[in-house]
Amino acid sequence: MKVLKATRIERCIGCHICSMTCARLVHGLLSWQDAGIRIKSAGGISTGFEAVNCLACKEPVCEKVCPTEAITRRKTGGIRINRQLCIGCTRCADACPVNAITLTGSGFPIVCIHCGLCTRFCPHGCLEMVDMAETDNRQPGEGFHG
Amino acid sequence: MDREGFRIMEVNLTSGKATIVRVKGRDKAIGGSGLCAMLFEQRGFTNRPWDHADQPLIFAIGPLTGYFPLMSKTVCAFKSPYHDQYTESHAGGRSAISLRFSGLDAIVIKGRAKRPSLLVVGSRTVEIIDAHFLWGMDVIRSGRIIRHMVDRSHGHRSILRIGPAGENLSAMACINADTYRHFGRLGAGAVMGSKNLKAIAILGDSSLPLPKDQKPYRAVWKKVFQDVQKSGMMHKYHNLGTPANLMRLNELKSLPWRNLQATFDEEAERISGEAFANDHLLRNLACSGCPVGCIHVGFIREKFMEDHRYYYLQMAYDYEPIFAVGSMLGMKEPVSVLKLIEKTDRMGLDVISAGVALAWATEALERAVISTKETICKLSFGDVHCYLEAVEHLAKGKNNFYRLLGQGTMTAAEEYGGQDFACVLGQEMAGYATGELFFTAQSLGFRHSHLDTAAYSYEQKHGEKDLEKAIDFLLSDELPRCLLNSMVACLFSRKVYTKERLKECLSSLGYEELAENLDDLARHIRASRWRLRFQTGFDPENVSIPRRFFKVRSWKGPVDPDYLNRLKKAYGEELKKIALSKSD
Repeated sequence: MKVLKATRIERCIGCHICSMTCARLVHGLLSWQDAGIRIKSAGGISTGFEAVNCLACKEPVCEKVCPTEAITRRKTGGIRINRQLCIGCTRCADACPVNAITLTGSGFPIVCIHCGLCTRFCPHGCLEMVDMAETDNRQPGEGFHG
Repeated sequence: MDREGFRIMEVNLTSGKATIVRVKGRDKAIGGSGLCAMLFEQRGFTNRPWDHADQPLIFAIGPLTGYFPLMSKTVCAFKSPYHDQYTESHAGGRSAISLRFSGLDAIVIKGRAKRPSLLVVGSRTVEIIDAHFLWGMDVIRSGRIIRHMVDRSHGHRSILRIGPAGENLSAMACINADTYRHFGRLGAGAVMGSKNLKAIAILGDSSLPLPKDQKPYRAVWKKVFQDVQKSGMMHKYHNLGTPANLMRLNELKSLPWRNLQATFDEEAERISGEAFANDHLLRNLACSGCPVGCIHVGFIREKFMEDHRYYYLQMAYDYEPIFAVGSMLGMKEPVSVLKLIEKTDRMGLDVISAGVALAWATEALERAVISTKETICKLSFGDVHCYLEAVEHLAKGKNNFYRLLGQGTMTAAEEYGGQDFACVLGQEMAGYATGELFFTAQSLGFRHSHLDTAAYSYEQKHGEKDLEKAIDFLLSDELPRCLLNSMVACLFSRKVYTKERLKECLSSLGYEELAENLDDLARHIRASRWRLRFQTGFDPENVSIPRRFFKVRSWKGPVDPDYLNRLKKAYGEELKKIALSKSD
């Protein structure tokens, strides 16, 4: 029940090893963009970095907009994209509010599969696999005593 | 990726057009440094001046760029405004990986734009955009505006730009790469300036396939990654970085102080690596594709109003800048050193050249060789305010004195006097007053720096005056560097990328032929670089070592003039032989 979280992204040095590891080991590519996690500077490298990856949200909007049911929820958090069913319409990528889904040159969507391979190579321990059960299950507005 | 040849983008700024060409020769040139020499041989003009519109400005990467950790450098080649000879300057940042993912092995820029321009290059992009409004603007501000002008590939691109120094054709002008890295030495920034090219944005906006059989590649990648972690590099560069060298050099009486009037100072600790790390290190950054993260970003915070109003500045610091605008200028406050680094960066000046040039100007003023009529401000060792002003005068060529100084310290010294104490070894010295061997190595080395060979390191361990052994070291140490500079590796990884490891890396990507011929290729590439260098006017006999270097006292004792002269003569003769060799 674990998902990838960039829990210590403030430590990031912008080496892109996480993205390149994902591209290499998961997607068989040399890339820093066709990967389940991508690193972007937050307004020039002077201001630090942001990790762009699937947040394993509880109500994935990408699943809702997919017209061919190519996207299904993983029981352990996050989503799965069935390549056979995907027609490359790009609606999932357009819909994701955090731009976690990237499109390859052929239009196929790539998203984090929460496998955790990238965490092994991050030199500063910015990334970790977090148990979904331990994440906060409060509903918006509930507050701590809701 | 083209295994047989290279995919090159040729941009002509005069016509405003670009073409993609396939160039053969991977089997001889490898990439990076070797590729630059081959391209300059084909497309450059040894007999035309550096600022002729037809001269190329070349940026090249190598076969291993992006495929392995620390393969993160770009080689920039050009005819230098400093001495009008063929040369190279290397930088990291995001430039190499961006170039890899633009699908190109090299960019060759020729011609001269009609107006100051911004060149944007990507896998599906080439644009030459009017940027006249950026002319005159400093490096930091122009970087911010360019990030908005090129509103795509955020985080996956490289922005190279020049400051006022490059626009004013100073031979000390650098090309700033992604704010904190530089194609620093020998005036690449002026070459961009002469082409009316304010900036280049390289978009790394494509992905590349991996070899069909990925198992060997993945296995070698893992080995390299583990080696990087084991080699201690992580510790050294995670910790203090290159400034860790400062105290050791001071203890060895090899740290230049106040224009090399001394090689030791009791208060060196005030500008030690620890002093910077403890009080001024904001954080670390990495070149793309390198897990080491050796870039040390410092910060200063300054109050500018009584009402508790502050601004803060960030700048990258390393050993060399701390030497050049620190010990060399008699500066003992880290804040002052950082301010000077920031100002020099902002102006687009190479910090080593600028610091060493101003150190000479200070001593020349002290000795009344020049007056404040020339220097405008009263330069004085340890006075940061005068140097902050002088850096701007130098970059902007405020008067004839600063314009000449911007062409090289010796150029100014020849006009005004004071050649004896100009700390010039081919160009302004790097921060190693270790003795005869380093002075020889920098004076005659290909890049006139501490990067062509590890003479500075050899000399910290070898006190004996064994000419044959020393020359052998210089010659043998250059060869593996030619290979690394053609792959293109960061030289910090030279212990990781042994010849055997390079073979494995190349073979795993399908470059078996290269892997089998590394010795021959190293010799070929070295010869092709030196051939171009000699063809563009280099003659070791014309390089003189100023008297100041003969007065140095290092841990080995006083410099032995006879040994220094013999080393220089012998090394010069060897370099001639290399340039004349028929390696191919």
